Amino acid sequence: MLPGFALYALIMLYPAVQTMLLSFRDWQIIPGTPSPWVGLDNYIRAFQDPVFVNSLVNAAAYTAFTVPLQIVIGLALAVLLDAKLPGRVAFRVLFYLPVVTSWVVVSLLFQYIFQSDDGLANHVVVDMLGLSSDNVSWFQNRWTGMFAIGVLGIWKGIGWAMLIFLAALTAVPQELKEAASLDGAGAFQRFRHVSLPAIRGALAVVFILLFIGGFNVFISVLLMTGGGPGNATQVPLTYMYQQAFKFLDFGYGSAISFSLTALVLALSALQYWWTRRRMAA
Amino acid sequence: MTDTRRRAVSLAARYLLLAAAAVVMVYPFLYMLSTSLKSRSMSLTDPTSLWPTDPTLDNYTTVLGSENFARYFLNSAAVAIVSTTLIVLLSAMMAYAFARLDWPGKRFFFTMIIVGLTIPTMMLIIPQFLLARDLHLLNSLPGLVPFYVGTALAFNTFLLAGFFEQIPFELDEAMAIDGAGPWRRFWSLAMPLSKPAIGTCVIFAFLGTWDEFAWALTVLNDVDNRTLPIAIALFQGQHSTSWGLVFAASIIAIVPVLIVYIVFQRNFVAGLTTGALKS
Repeated sequence: MLPGFALYALIMLYPAVQTMLLSFRDWQIIPGTPSPWVGLDNYIRAFQDPVFVNSLVNAAAYTAFTVPLQIVIGLALAVLLDAKLPGRVAFRVLFYLPVVTSWVVVSLLFQYIFQSDDGLANHVVVDMLGLSSDNVSWFQNRWTGMFAIGVLGIWKGIGWAMLIFLAALTAVPQELKEAASLDGAGAFQRFRHVSLPAIRGALAVVFILLFIGGFNVFISVLLMTGGGPGNATQVPLTYMYQQAFKFLDFGYGSAISFSLTALVLALSALQYWWTRRRMAA
Repeated sequence: MTDTRRRAVSLAARYLLLAAAAVVMVYPFLYMLSTSLKSRSMSLTDPTSLWPTDPTLDNYTTVLGSENFARYFLNSAAVAIVSTTLIVLLSAMMAYAFARLDWPGKRFFFTMIIVGLTIPTMMLIIPQFLLARDLHLLNSLPGLVPFYVGTALAFNTFLLAGFFEQIPFELDEAMAIDGAGPWRRFWSLAMPLSKPAIGTCVIFAFLGTWDEFAWALTVLNDVDNRTLPIAIALFQGQHSTSWGLVFAASIIAIVPVLIVYIVFQRNFVAGLTTGALKS
């Protein structure tokens, strides 16, 4: 017990407090140089910094795009798989494959799919769907870049959502569904009135975890666009990383990560409280 | 009769939808695999065709032939294996203390673990970097281990404590009457009975440490010390035209994960859902 907890406290709890303390200082990287206490200066700077504000907007857009689609598609797949179906395990394993594959590998893969002039994405958009007559330079502007990053996020996350929903659906008593079908309920009605209420808890958990994950998007942005062009696809964590490890402004970086965490935790607490209230009602 | 027919139609519809989804989910992997089997000129002239007309293993032999690649693979393997062992051992001991023993301050310490579950790791990267610097753990492979282990403890402890709690206390009492102390009961009762849970932790810990990118990128400088994800990402940055090589390296990097995942996937599913639904 003790060695484990001591390590845990050193690696997790102590730095958590440190982040907050650092964010109030103008941190000097050179050991021995005093780092003056500057109060809320770093925070004021952050919220007046258009790049940081835009990075929050990007993360919010990413979350708004990826979370609902992951939930809807994940739930749909879980419902399809929630039956005694030959080959069920194989489908489950396949759908979960993107989840276990490293972020680095899939980020590079999707960069390739979107980036190259005649990559798969342009092939689909131009030749198959005819949505555009010219190849799109996905990573050359803000929203097409965020879109590509979002597509990766959805593709990678669906399997996880599906698995949690599948577990929740499996726990719904079979008798309830049978009783509903004897009463003449169709498949959709059974889902709407029996399964859906039963998995509300899982739905809330998945929603909050995906929401937190959305705002913490990092590796895919770093590797696919690097936050560019000209900060257009910057998200809070890539911006924090740049400030800290490129410009060595540790105080400002800490203020960014602390603001982000506080914001996300506050929003998820609000959501949690809201879903609980709705469930009780 | 109509009923069985309706059933058959609905089953066919299910399969059709599932198959369509499966194609979308797997297509990018096939695309990666086929690119890795194309010669360089092929991947430039005809990037969208899935079946290389002239498949070649050149990319793989080039990747495997470069001395550094083997080194990075071993670096990743060593760090992942040592970290995984420590994560499982330490979190099992902590989980046992929380789930099966009574001691003062237990509630407080458990709350601290829950707090750790809610902290995103990336938020801590700046102070952790300073800590690593002060402890002289920058730029060293063994230096990664304490950070990987410390970061993974909260989640795995939480997961295992949930499983340990389900073991009937009568078994403990029976063993205690025979004179077994908590340490014996931990090793010969709780651990063997929780094999599926331990398996889950092994997978989580292995996946997490094998693929870890942000921290390794931040603290490792020496070319020789790179882990596989870093090597692949930097490799892509330098040779963005030889995608075949990048993907050959990626596929080799995925293989261990794939083996671990497919072998243990039953445990994994059980563990993942218990963990997620409880938190």
